[in-house]
Amino acid sequence: MSHWITLPTLIPAFTAVVLLLGARLDLGTQRSISVLSTLALVGVSLALVVQAASGDYMAYELGNWPAPFGIVLVLDRLSALMVLLTALVGLPAVLYAIHGWDTRGKNFHALFQFQLMGLNGAFLTGDIFNLFVFFEILLIASYGLILHGGGEKRVRAGMHYVIFNLTGSAFFVIVLAVIYGVFGTLNMADLSLRVAEAGPEQEAILRAAALLLLAVFSVKAALLPLYFWLPRAYGSASAPVAALFAIMTKVGVYSILRVYTLVFPGSVPLLDGLPGKVLFPVALVTLAAAMIGVVAARSLRRVVAYLVIASVGTLLAVIAIFSAEALAAGLYYMIHSTLIVAALFLLAELIADQRGSREDSLEPSTPVAQPAILGSLFFIGAVAIAGMPPLSGFLGKIFMLQSSLGTAQLPWLFTVVLVGGLLGLIAMGRAGSVLFWKTEGDTVSSPAATAAVFPVVLLLLLIGGLSFLAEPISAYTAGAAEQLMEPGPYIRAVLGQGAETP
Amino acid sequence: MELLVASGVGVMVGAGVYLVLRARTYSVILGLALLGFAANFFLFASGRLQLGLAPVIVVGDETVAYPDPLPQALALTAIVIGFAMIAFVVVLGLRAHSDLGTDHVDGPGGELR
Repeated sequence: MSHWITLPTLIPAFTAVVLLLGARLDLGTQRSISVLSTLALVGVSLALVVQAASGDYMAYELGNWPAPFGIVLVLDRLSALMVLLTALVGLPAVLYAIHGWDTRGKNFHALFQFQLMGLNGAFLTGDIFNLFVFFEILLIASYGLILHGGGEKRVRAGMHYVIFNLTGSAFFVIVLAVIYGVFGTLNMADLSLRVAEAGPEQEAILRAAALLLLAVFSVKAALLPLYFWLPRAYGSASAPVAALFAIMTKVGVYSILRVYTLVFPGSVPLLDGLPGKVLFPVALVTLAAAMIGVVAARSLRRVVAYLVIASVGTLLAVIAIFSAEALAAGLYYMIHSTLIVAALFLLAELIADQRGSREDSLEPSTPVAQPAILGSLFFIGAVAIAGMPPLSGFLGKIFMLQSSLGTAQLPWLFTVVLVGGLLGLIAMGRAGSVLFWKTEGDTVSSPAATAAVFPVVLLLLLIGGLSFLAEPISAYTAGAAEQLMEPGPYIRAVLGQGAETP
Repeated sequence: MELLVASGVGVMVGAGVYLVLRARTYSVILGLALLGFAANFFLFASGRLQLGLAPVIVVGDETVAYPDPLPQALALTAIVIGFAMIAFVVVLGLRAHSDLGTDHVDGPGGELR
């Protein structure tokens, strides 16, 4: 049973290798292998979540090298949740891709599986250099995926995306060198102990390392000065890729959560709450800028891309409070925002395909072939992402605002989140009325295949489940937040019971 | 030696940042390569600069000093990854040049801005 924790990385790795070796297999076989692997991931990650829900940590020493010398994989509530979320976004994305996107270029499924492998590895690893390696795996797979389908728009957006992330990676290596040079370890649990006992002469370098690392993660999470690549890249990527990328910004959020609760928590005297102090204003400005982008965007895909940035801004503004309640609320909102953004990216393409040459641009065009079904799906999606009752967006926002009661951040958070929500509502309402009502001429397109609509329905059903089962799910996220705020047991699980935790 | 290594890293990062901010893909790729070299070199140096030490531990003799092997392994990993990434971005740069007809990072129209 203890080997299960390696499966979320091993299954997609093996599948990808099989798909590469079997590149001459007919498309049907490739598709079934890819779908089966993703289904297996859903199963395994569900089992991991059930195991993590008990509150036990599971540390797995790769190659049986004892920590802190070897690399450990660690399963706690947060990492199990992230792995499950990856699988739940991956499955609809791959089900959508088998309706044509995977024929527009080679090796789509292999790259897709490598991407899943990188994501799962990044969520499970307990070693910060290994985190870098998994980042690179998911990035190089994403470079291939973002260009999938080719065309000028994608090459141009892909160029920015690749250059930006390569620069980010170089800085990541520099931070790792600083951390290793100062503390002599890369195991996150071990680092946590060393940082806690760092002397005042290390204050400057400790702060520099902590903030430089925040900048690196902000590239992934797309925080304010570092998000300009995102709208174009996500807006021009193929729909299944954009849907999968809904989880990519969350890798940055996850890393921030992990590192700034475990390795560089604000409670360390030398840091004195520095991560939260920097993160909060940056996240709020990100949210504000993103909402302006949402209102200004000229196409549905751009609207959704800006909504991705807005969700990251909201999420990190709440996380920056660094209290157990705030983290619990943030995690619930993270599940919601990932699923709904993925659904909207898929839906945007279904709508674009039926609007003739205007595609998804927000101008009058020929009516869509299936106004009833696409319109209803869009309506549900808009209600969810704008944070209207009764869906999980509303619950998530309530949880987050409640968690900020009594903190100094409250007035800022309430103002920006609520005004942002209003702008989102206006933008979605306007987009919906232009797309479905401002029509001219007759329908020129044919209806989408039922199986292509199914992934969107699946994601919206998950949103429904998230709203309906809000109580057990928020209890789980509260448990995850408690684990994050109390790193002692994590450290003991990795380094052994004898480790002296503060 | 410290001065040489430190200024080497500094000069490479400076040149790399300058080149990455240029508008042509060729100089940007060169800049990325330089940044990568500097990062790897810096990573290598994080195990402390030492001269004339035994490369491996001598069995039974605990007193022999040896250099920290971990940064070397880390640098090796980072070099391999960096090499693959540079190879990818070179191909992407060529593809962008043939698809867009220009080597400006913003594609056609980039010149005007």
